[in-house]
Amino acid sequence: MSEKGLRRKEIKAAFDLKRVTSDYYYRMDRISRGEEKGKIAWCTSVGPAELLRAFGFELHYPENHGAILGTTRTAMEYIPLANAIGYSPEICSYLTSDIGAYLKGETPLSKVYPGIESLPKPDLLAYNTNQCRDVQEWFEFYGREFQVPVVGINTPRALVEVREIDIASVVRQLMAMIPTLEEVSGERFDIERFKESLSLSRRCSELWGEVLGLAKHLPSPWTFFDGTIHMGPAVCLRGTQEAIDYYEVLKRELKERIEGGVAAVDGERFRLYWEGMPIWGKLRALSEQFSELHASIVVSTYCNSWIFSAFDEKKPFESMARAYTEIFINRAERVKEAYIAKMVREYRVDGIIFHDSRTCPNNSNARYGMPQRLEKRLGLPCLVIDADLNDLRCYSEEQTRTNIEAFVEQLAQTKR
Amino acid sequence: MIIDAAKTILGSFVKKTGADLEGSATEAFEGALKRAGLSPEEVRSIMATGFGRKSVSFAQETVTEISCHSRGCYHYFPQEITVVDIGAQDNKIIRLDAEGRRVGFKINRKCAAGTGAFLEEMAYRLDIPLGDLDAVARRSNNAAEIGSYCTVFTATEVLDRIRRGEKVEDLVRGLYISVVKRVLEMGLLSGRVIVTGGVVAFNPIVAELLSERSGREVEIAPHPQEMGAFGAALFALERAQTWAVQGGESL
Repeated sequence: MSEKGLRRKEIKAAFDLKRVTSDYYYRMDRISRGEEKGKIAWCTSVGPAELLRAFGFELHYPENHGAILGTTRTAMEYIPLANAIGYSPEICSYLTSDIGAYLKGETPLSKVYPGIESLPKPDLLAYNTNQCRDVQEWFEFYGREFQVPVVGINTPRALVEVREIDIASVVRQLMAMIPTLEEVSGERFDIERFKESLSLSRRCSELWGEVLGLAKHLPSPWTFFDGTIHMGPAVCLRGTQEAIDYYEVLKRELKERIEGGVAAVDGERFRLYWEGMPIWGKLRALSEQFSELHASIVVSTYCNSWIFSAFDEKKPFESMARAYTEIFINRAERVKEAYIAKMVREYRVDGIIFHDSRTCPNNSNARYGMPQRLEKRLGLPCLVIDADLNDLRCYSEEQTRTNIEAFVEQLAQTKR
Repeated sequence: MIIDAAKTILGSFVKKTGADLEGSATEAFEGALKRAGLSPEEVRSIMATGFGRKSVSFAQETVTEISCHSRGCYHYFPQEITVVDIGAQDNKIIRLDAEGRRVGFKINRKCAAGTGAFLEEMAYRLDIPLGDLDAVARRSNNAAEIGSYCTVFTATEVLDRIRRGEKVEDLVRGLYISVVKRVLEMGLLSGRVIVTGGVVAFNPIVAELLSERSGREVEIAPHPQEMGAFGAALFALERAQTWAVQGGESL
């Protein structure tokens, strides 16, 4: 039983976000064209950004581009092109949509930012397999295409505990990158610059954690859907002052919303957890459906994934290695389960929605009985939606809408 | 489906939806009115459910088929039950507690395997009238094990096995078992198991095989094809009673 006409409330800071994002893309474009001094590194979203920034690299994130291809739904045009050269429809659809767009020589950025004709050409590619192995093969593809060095960290995976031996391994791999980074950037490694970029990243991460935490308030001033838009600087610009400045602005606005009693979802009745990847091509439709049902998605593993609480500039290598190894996606089921249970309590959640993303097994946590265990442990209902981050061939509009509506009907039976 | 305040069914009408969702809903409504001997003005509250629920402009509200099948089945079986709804396009397993509250539900993945559409496709490929499929399966005493998961590949597999001399009835029984397996893969059954939906209305063998495979007693709900509509009618009645209380009227 839904109500029409409820729409997502615009966050005013989005104007600042547009400026910050625009500056970022144009800066990379100028560097790529040789109009501005600098080097470009392509980095995975939870890759060694702070170390790269210490060498002055500007960073492009192919996963961010993948998400843009998803939200613009151009992914559907590009995925088949990558499939045709042997990249399976069963592997990461960020990868297949990004490689497909490269093969066609297109990017949606050209439409948004006049004058930008292509992605910035990389001088170096740096990955971390802490999230999945697909990123390694993705970057190797571009290494062959652009004939540039590919450096990477192969992080110990699916950890119950992050042991010293794991940290030591990652630290050694980070250090082993340095000669290549020096050679490509033309700059010597400077520990003070590294500490500075880590310090900026730590501050960005803290602020990102604070703004996400404001959703603990009843009613929540913003939702997961807002978070997927405003997380851009936490991913692409961490390690810079711009990101910090942006989150100060956003934090002020969200606090004002709380003080003014402004809810992201009018008449917030249900508070939900989103587990797994966003369905990028359906963000608006889903956001509107949840609003109509008076359900606010107040917390998500996805947005929380860019809170790196271990960063400590006094121990730059160790703390960076720890921060990027202890992330949720890199942990064993029991650690993930405990984390979700903690978030459910802190955000006073009524139910959990798991997105089982067809091409993203590493960020789909409904495959080893987690929803069933959490239902039992927390006494909360869980819903599993079968879809995908970018490949909408794996998405059934009617089935998903009915699932969500029926889930909220179920919540309404138990919450008066 | 139209019911009165005593929850007695006055009339119902089944219409294949096709592409015209609004038109077929109107036709079904008119058909049910005719059978009930009522005029539209005499109907106090209308609730729409199912795939086309948002296209029924004359309904006051909508509610999902998951809630409606639950509501309808609990009316007949007021205890802890698992409702298994096998429909044309999807299957559902819905668990209700002893008070009729839903404690969980599962809908099949985006795949037609194990649904009514799967059986329709198989009947078409085997050139057997859909209404005869159940009887054909009952002639078998040696069900074939179907290996494929995908509807299209299953059809290819079945035709190939017929070519190699296997009996059609064994394969058809195997197809029904494959439907039941898909259902049992979706989730656990608990309490009394009630089956609804169009598939069991015309293929009661599915309920028998579900019982055989799950080791549980499985019952087919009354008017299984119309159980969703009956549940919607019960919601409409509750709505009308609420309005009546608010307006000081009696129904």
